[in-house]
Amino acid sequence: MSARHLNLLGLALVGIIGLAVMWLTPRLAELDTVLDLTVYMIMAILALSLALIWGYGGILCFGQSAFFGLGAYTYAIAMFNMGESTVPLLLAIVLPAAFAALLGYFMFYGRISDVYLGVITLTMTLILFNSVNSTAGPEFHIGTARLGGFNGIPGIPPLNWPLNKNAPVDLEGMFYLSSGALLLTYFGLRVLLASRFGRIIVGIRENERRAELLGYDPRTYKLATFTIGGALAGFAGCLFANWGNFVSPTIFGLAQSAQIIIWVIVGGRGTLIGPVLGCIGIQWLSAALGANQPSGGSDLWSKIFANAPLILGIILIAFVLLVPRGLVPTLGDLGQMLLNGRRERKRRDLAPQQAE
Amino acid sequence: MSEPLLQTRNLSMHFGGVKAVDNVDFTLAQGELRCLIGPNGAGKSTFFKMLTGQLAPTHGEVLFRGNDISHAHAHEIARMGIGIKTQVPSVFDGLSVRDNIWLAASRLNSRERARRLVDEMLERVGLTHAADRVVGQLAHGQRQWVELGLVLSTEPELILLDEPAAGMTHEEVNKTAALVREINRTKALIVVEHDMQFIRMIAKQVTVFNRGCILVEDAVENIMRNPLVRDIYLGKQAVAA
Repeated sequence: MSARHLNLLGLALVGIIGLAVMWLTPRLAELDTVLDLTVYMIMAILALSLALIWGYGGILCFGQSAFFGLGAYTYAIAMFNMGESTVPLLLAIVLPAAFAALLGYFMFYGRISDVYLGVITLTMTLILFNSVNSTAGPEFHIGTARLGGFNGIPGIPPLNWPLNKNAPVDLEGMFYLSSGALLLTYFGLRVLLASRFGRIIVGIRENERRAELLGYDPRTYKLATFTIGGALAGFAGCLFANWGNFVSPTIFGLAQSAQIIIWVIVGGRGTLIGPVLGCIGIQWLSAALGANQPSGGSDLWSKIFANAPLILGIILIAFVLLVPRGLVPTLGDLGQMLLNGRRERKRRDLAPQQAE
Repeated sequence: MSEPLLQTRNLSMHFGGVKAVDNVDFTLAQGELRCLIGPNGAGKSTFFKMLTGQLAPTHGEVLFRGNDISHAHAHEIARMGIGIKTQVPSVFDGLSVRDNIWLAASRLNSRERARRLVDEMLERVGLTHAADRVVGQLAHGQRQWVELGLVLSTEPELILLDEPAAGMTHEEVNKTAALVREINRTKALIVVEHDMQFIRMIAKQVTVFNRGCILVEDAVENIMRNPLVRDIYLGKQAVAA
């Protein structure tokens, strides 16, 4: 089987499993499971945004949560002012993208090196956290929407079907929307990465100087990649604000921005399916560990297992040290080794016959 | 007399107190093949970096077809038609040989044409059998060929080769020399090389760099006989040859 066939097989598999989950879950699972899965799907779109710009574009953005949060807040604020979700949804994509483009322009055209790029993006999301966090008073409002400071914005009106504000999307509809959006994002990114643009950004990640000497301007390509990442994160933020009908400044916080990076590290850079699986797996694990807490065994072990951040920290360290390339690339390598081994044996079996 | 393809005037690159390249006036005619020799640290690679926009000169200018390119970006210079093979092969190590060449060919060409050009280029640099291998896993000599293929695929008017024969076997060196002569039928080249056998195979006119300055410029036979050049650079190697 050639690499091309394997690739198509993988794509078909993702499509079939994705559609099956999408179709079966609301029919088989309880409503709270459907709700949990909805937020996993939304976060997986966020994971994909970083998978694109870091895994393929080579841009380590420590503040992907900035665009996620901006998307959520933009949707909330616009929704209170307009009452109909078509424009707020578009704004929640366009505004974070524009912000990413502006920030990216200064970083890439200013030739900021990778390390500082991480520092700047992290600082940016923390600045947003602190700014929004300190807008609790009634004097902080945009139109009719109060920013609410550290209390956040509760009661955000849900999305409605395009241009019809009397048809809100219900909880099940939200699940279909989120999982459908995740599938579309995944396949959209696959198409993008197979295009000329996608192959060039990977080339720039591999060797920026060489790409330049061939006549490509890396700054333009990185800026475009970063902006697409911002738009995707903003879109995920909009869905997130819908899911809980609530948004608070913690969305910009350190924990949130670190989590996105952990999903991508665990799942594997340079793949799309890896970060999706990493994101869903880690969220599921955090939820499972968190659920342990109230039962409150008092012995040491149950205390340790109830401490989700501790367990997650250990998992991250284990991955960085033992599986530095992430789950999916490492499994891929193992599969390749097994396949090669079998071919090797086959060749050896064939060799004597050929000699005759 | 026609306009020179490339000309530098008082070109200098100072790193603190070190004058890596100092007031170099250099002229290359259309379609010329020039060899550049000189001991390590003579400023040859720095000179190349200034010609390709990787370094901005401290002062002086670089004229390519009469346009000053001394402060242009590397990608702009590449688009004007200067291609470079660097001293340490600069390739896309994580990608296949085919993808490497494709990236170079696809800047100027449509999808279909790029694909065809890639196949032709693979044939030309003798890497068809290794087309799907990852470049980072190839031997040094083969990576040199990959880089040569990259540079040629952008179809530059002027090609700079920084030690193209380094790390190659005797046979590969012969092949490279043949390729250089073939390229020179249509394009201009500047070649930096230490391998004197290789220089003899390809050179007509040779420029000798020493301590950031041009020491002498002459036909290859005269350079080989020049006692000054022997003293600073050729040493015993040329005597033995």
